[in-house]
Amino acid sequence: MHGRLKVKTTEEQAEAKRLEREKKLHQYKATTEAIFEKRRLGQLDKEGLELTSQILGANPDFATLWNFRREIFLHLEEEGSPEEMQALCQGELGFLESCLRVNPKSYGTWHHRCWVLERAPQPDWARELELCARFLESDERNFHCWDYRRFVAKRAQVPAEDELRFTDSLITRNFSNYSSWHYRSCLLPQLHPDPQHHGRLTEDVLLRELELVQNAFFTDPNDQSAWLYHRWLLGRADLEPTIHCVYVNREDACLAVAFSQPVRVTPGSHGLILLADEAPLTVEWHTPDGRNRPGVIWLCDLPALALNDHWPQHTFRVIWAPGQCQKECVLFKGRKDCWYRDSVTEEQVFRCELSVEKSTVLQAELESCKELQALEPDNKWCLLTIILLMRALDPLVYERETLRYFEALKATDPMRAAYLDDLRSKFLVENSILKMEYAEARVVDLSHRELTALGHLEHLLLVTHMNLAGNRLQHLPPALAALRCLEVLELDGNEIESLDGLPGLPRLQELSLRRNRLRRPSDLRPLTSCPCLAQLDLAENPLTNLPEAPAELANLLPAVHITLV
Amino acid sequence: MADNLPSEFDVAVIGTGLPESIIAAACSRSGQRVLHVDSRSYYGGNWASFSFSGLLSWIKEKQEKTEVSEESEDWRKLILETEEAISLSKKDTTIQHVEDVCYISQDSAEDIEEAGALSKLPDLGGSDTNETAQQSGKGCLALDKQLGTKGCEMSPETIASNDRECTPEGEDTEVISERESSYDATSGHSTLETEKTENASTAEVSNLEPKKITYSQIVKEGRRFNIDLVSKVLYSQGLLIDLLIKSNVSRYAEFKNATRILVFREGKVEQVPCSRADVFNSKQLTMIEKRMLMKFLTFCLEYEQHPDEYQDYKDCTFSKYLKSQKLTPNLQHFILHSIAMVSESDSSTTDGLKATKKFLHCLGRYGNTPFLFPLYGQGEISQCFCRMCAVFGGTYCLRHSIQCLVVDKESGRCKAIIDHFGQRISANYFVVEDSYLSEETCTNVCYRQISRAVLITDQSVLKTQSDQQISVLTVPPVEPGQPVVCVIELCSSTMTCMKGTYLVHLTCSSTKTAKEDLEPVIQKLFILNDEKETESENGGGLEKPRVLWAVYFNMRDSAGIDRNSYDSLPPNVYICSGPDCALGNDYAVKQAETIFQEMFPKEEFCPPPPNPEDIVYDGDGTQPEDPGFSISPEPKAEPLPEESSNIENKVTEEHNE
Repeated sequence: MHGRLKVKTTEEQAEAKRLEREKKLHQYKATTEAIFEKRRLGQLDKEGLELTSQILGANPDFATLWNFRREIFLHLEEEGSPEEMQALCQGELGFLESCLRVNPKSYGTWHHRCWVLERAPQPDWARELELCARFLESDERNFHCWDYRRFVAKRAQVPAEDELRFTDSLITRNFSNYSSWHYRSCLLPQLHPDPQHHGRLTEDVLLRELELVQNAFFTDPNDQSAWLYHRWLLGRADLEPTIHCVYVNREDACLAVAFSQPVRVTPGSHGLILLADEAPLTVEWHTPDGRNRPGVIWLCDLPALALNDHWPQHTFRVIWAPGQCQKECVLFKGRKDCWYRDSVTEEQVFRCELSVEKSTVLQAELESCKELQALEPDNKWCLLTIILLMRALDPLVYERETLRYFEALKATDPMRAAYLDDLRSKFLVENSILKMEYAEARVVDLSHRELTALGHLEHLLLVTHMNLAGNRLQHLPPALAALRCLEVLELDGNEIESLDGLPGLPRLQELSLRRNRLRRPSDLRPLTSCPCLAQLDLAENPLTNLPEAPAELANLLPAVHITLV
Repeated sequence: MADNLPSEFDVAVIGTGLPESIIAAACSRSGQRVLHVDSRSYYGGNWASFSFSGLLSWIKEKQEKTEVSEESEDWRKLILETEEAISLSKKDTTIQHVEDVCYISQDSAEDIEEAGALSKLPDLGGSDTNETAQQSGKGCLALDKQLGTKGCEMSPETIASNDRECTPEGEDTEVISERESSYDATSGHSTLETEKTENASTAEVSNLEPKKITYSQIVKEGRRFNIDLVSKVLYSQGLLIDLLIKSNVSRYAEFKNATRILVFREGKVEQVPCSRADVFNSKQLTMIEKRMLMKFLTFCLEYEQHPDEYQDYKDCTFSKYLKSQKLTPNLQHFILHSIAMVSESDSSTTDGLKATKKFLHCLGRYGNTPFLFPLYGQGEISQCFCRMCAVFGGTYCLRHSIQCLVVDKESGRCKAIIDHFGQRISANYFVVEDSYLSEETCTNVCYRQISRAVLITDQSVLKTQSDQQISVLTVPPVEPGQPVVCVIELCSSTMTCMKGTYLVHLTCSSTKTAKEDLEPVIQKLFILNDEKETESENGGGLEKPRVLWAVYFNMRDSAGIDRNSYDSLPPNVYICSGPDCALGNDYAVKQAETIFQEMFPKEEFCPPPPNPEDIVYDGDGTQPEDPGFSISPEPKAEPLPEESSNIENKVTEEHNE
């Protein structure tokens, strides 16, 4: 027809494309081979740069080639003048920018850019900041670029205020931006640290930030970036680990230290120092499981001399040098043990996620979250935040209400039911510990609370009786090793299938495991490491149906009186 | 000269308004020989844009009610016995009640001429002297011969505007250059940069005392104005944008995103938070309101999936439904008037939800509002399609009147047209714009009217840090039953008005004359009086913008007219309507597509142009020399900046770190 454009058919187009692609592939392969050959021969020259740029220009994620380029750069740096180096770096930055346009999220490219700028004789940081702004303009959530920006801002010594304003502008555009919120959480403590170190920021800044982030989650409560920042805002400042309990047992010739948070005690270092009767005592610190990884409980064996009964008393002083704290306890003649324990309040006991110092702020936050919850009854972030706020405000007063919110949360977020059960268990254990601490008792009752996990066991170092009957525990955690004084443990009516992971409990005498799911006598092997165990109740476990069970058990635990019926 | 024009075409299109131009482009693109004529001296018909002096001439012409000189009936001789003629109208009767008012002193403006104007404006009255005939003969150039230039310059008017584009002022030159169209891969950047420089320059200016604009300045800077007869914006997910992108016609135009949606409430102009970012940043909404608004808008995006939510209100008005929701009066007002933009008294819940959904659907594609405005005015769009038509070989004639349609008595089909030179031009299909039809053809047609006002003002209706805002404002009726007035305020960076001024378009469906309909609204938003009075009135408080100059007119709304109401139309004659009252352009696009599909049911409507690499040149000379696609080797489907997240692109739990 007249005037109609004649166009290649789809087959012709496809064929042309195929040939084109084949040619490209061939070139790519040949060049790659040539590069590897050069590298093998150690030819660190500009030709190598040229060849690698051909490949990297098309595929910037070829990490080996970036390495080769760096090798060439290092070599040329030795030979060339600073001017030549500067020109080389300039060229490289231009090339890198073109690679970033191919893939703005290429790890190799951003890394190489940092590397080049570190080497460049005269790096132009202002230009780099502009580059970041441009890449963040086209994708405000490109975390590679955010990372690079932090690198540049640090090198260029950009004032934190300026960077904060930059995050402002991006949040204004689209608040769903983890990187931007995260950067704020780095910048704000530099600019406005809380002078009392209770929270993270000064109160006025905190309030301003809370309002900002509230705007975000009221606008879109499903945006998790805002909730995560909210949680960070309300978090407490990081405290130094301190010692909150020291326990000495004469019979075991053992001293145990419980810290407020996991620490590492390096053998031979002077981090944790023990003075026995004011004289330094060289001891070997170890964790209950002997693996000496960072932990809250550290133990040492005491030499007989330090415990001899001729003296009316022995004083043990433990010094934690990094935290500049020391605690002491006195073992009197005739006593089998002694301890020191911090008088505790909840904020010291539990590093809860939210700071309680600003309780008026927390109260206000709780109010607005409840308001939001009324509008968005199914929003899981809102429910979770309410729970955390209530815990931070007063875990005991809000206990019942918290449990109700847990039910609602589990209903809206069934995918995370198990996680929520564990979290709920953790909170209930915390509450029980609090109550116990207030009562100064050494007995803890955690029965019938539908617990699925045990937490904070390090706080139970002094406990002698623990009742965990009627819960939903399936196994016992290694952290149980913290219970250095535990004599009686009731675990009736749980879902325990195996005792794997149960550590040796030095003072355990009575263990009741009625109505659990133990199937084989060999499942009880871990109990052989409990030297004092005398009574074991295994009634109503599947293993009691095995005819060989009594004999096997007697063989395994000869010194224990075992009840099977 | 006149016999330059071939006497045989496949499609003859009469009128250069938007639907006709789209049809012309679609036909030409699919290989039809297209003749596209307009009796006027400018492109676009009632869709045209004018410089200030151009508009003054237009006003003069419309006010003069020129007597149509008795045409010689010579052409009747050309009609054979087996044929009959349907004569076309010589006089455009679509514009009425034109009234312009100047609120600033005109004294010194007597001798001022528009800077750079090549000559006085052409004589717009259709006379048939030899001289004019020659002039129009010159106009008969197929555009494919002048692709290198602006392409459509047929009148001094448009030549002047072309000239304007060559002025070395940074702002202008950066934005234009259509051949090196910025709609390639880097488009996003270049447009943004342009905006930045503009903002920078305006920031400097805004520090100074606002200068008083005089009438002589307006006349002098008249070519800075591109005043649309019809005030529309493009929905960023609308049919027109889709068509522009699909057909690649978008390469000929540039757009700016409307920057804000405004609302008039309790005597105050406020900004409506409509996108997720707006709601987040809004200072006027409470936290709870933010949630309620977002919740409602999110629901509207997928209201079809939750019929139970609004079932009970299906038969009520949307405003009643809004009242039943947990929305504060503030929010109800925003949603009803500025987001859904539907009538308070007679829009149903479903209409309202549908309109809200459409609005939201458009958000975030190119920016924080759903609307795009074409730089240099709405008139550009129809010209872009004309250009596309010309690229594919269409022939263009302005100032070319058509006397009649020639109908074959036996078949009842139209076979030819006879132009004002008496040349008989045959074609298979004929597309005629409604205003060309004679009174006899339209006796049974019942037309509605649109009331229009165009103001030149000295300030924005809502001042902000940036003085470069493009605002869409709806003013609800004072009394129920009155029409809603749509106000579009354009800043100078839209290339429609001179620096330091704003161009304000007001549109509503008519109940009375344009002035009677619109003046009450204008009085609420602006100061019309003389300077002295207002200065004493406003003791430094919130000062309203001052109207410097205004024009009112009524335009015929020929949209939605049933084909059967026209008298005795041959089946191969298709009627295009003039502009409708709606904010968007969907009606025109839909009409063009329908007509095209009726003519050529097997052809694709404006398919993307082929990749230049795939064009086979067989050297027979029939190919256009330069198909005009060599700008970007890989044409991008979406010429405008990347989509950013919008209200609907809810960020799910997507970790990016």
